[in-house]
Amino acid sequence: MIAFWLLAPLMVLAALGILFVRKAVHAALLLAFVMIGLAILYLVQDAPFLFSVQIIVYTGAILMLFLFVVMLVGVDASDSLVETIRGQRVLALILGVLFGATVVIALSQVTIGTVTGLDAANKNGNVEGVAQLLFTKYVFAFEVTSALLITAAVGAMVLAHRERLIPKPSQTDLARRRMADYAAYGKHPGNLPGPGTYARHNAVDTPALLPDGSASDASVSRVLAARGNVRQAPELATDVEALLHDEEVTADER
Amino acid sequence: MSADPFLILSAILFTIGCVGVLTRRNAIVVFMCVELMLNASNLALVTFARVHGNLDGQVAAFFVMVVAAAEVVVGLAIIITIFRTRRSASVDDASLLKY
Repeated sequence: MIAFWLLAPLMVLAALGILFVRKAVHAALLLAFVMIGLAILYLVQDAPFLFSVQIIVYTGAILMLFLFVVMLVGVDASDSLVETIRGQRVLALILGVLFGATVVIALSQVTIGTVTGLDAANKNGNVEGVAQLLFTKYVFAFEVTSALLITAAVGAMVLAHRERLIPKPSQTDLARRRMADYAAYGKHPGNLPGPGTYARHNAVDTPALLPDGSASDASVSRVLAARGNVRQAPELATDVEALLHDEEVTADER
Repeated sequence: MSADPFLILSAILFTIGCVGVLTRRNAIVVFMCVELMLNASNLALVTFARVHGNLDGQVAAFFVMVVAAAEVVVGLAIIITIFRTRRSASVDDASLLKY
């Protein structure tokens, strides 16, 4: 029971965090925490088989899939704050609180009876007990599950597969398109400029400077710009005076 | 070890999942909230298995996990397909059937 009282508040906090964090990655990590907490609660409740399945299937497979999709869908997938239906958020919150209160009050008013415990059912081991049920009483459902899994796998393949409708552009096509772009709206046909190379900074997040001293947007990756990770050109020089001062001090000491 | 605290935790997690589905706009996060609801119901199933002293509840929770795995695979594939065509993972942007 100690495990429960330690974990339950943290799990509720993490679950609430899913509602409020802005980035999908953070939501996935909080969900991972909730799922591991649930796995431990399964272990507390004499379900070691479900404990391992929860860790392997949920935190191992499903959450990794979520993280892959977050990676594919990318940085501009953050939540929009525009409400399509006016007052939807507030209404949803009120409804949710009402629903939660109803269920919790209902739960506290029913008597569930004495807890039998799983000592008798787990006599030959939990895995053996679950297997016994799975391959006798629920064997039909178990077999149907295989059809479901195959359907899901094929469905995902069909959805993720993209048939090439037009032939792949060759190098000639690409060059022709580049020149057409240049002719149509003056887009530079050559390579994009590289990131700025300075005395102490040459990473990809430092923009190159144009002749007038402003930063060139084309010299840093669009993705970095969308994440707001681009270093501003003036920032690169803010610590120069301090450094010069340090050098003077050391020179004086010499 | 009484069963009530587990059931109440399960109810709270389910409610949070519900509110998440209703309020979040990012399709991936909405999906995560659906997973949270499924997990909450699993906790209730496991708890009731302990209350009744048989393993049927655990087998049911196991089936829920299998179905959730299948659902996630197809759902995420749909999200990726929508993202490819509409360049957005927001649930509000996929409103083509409305018009």
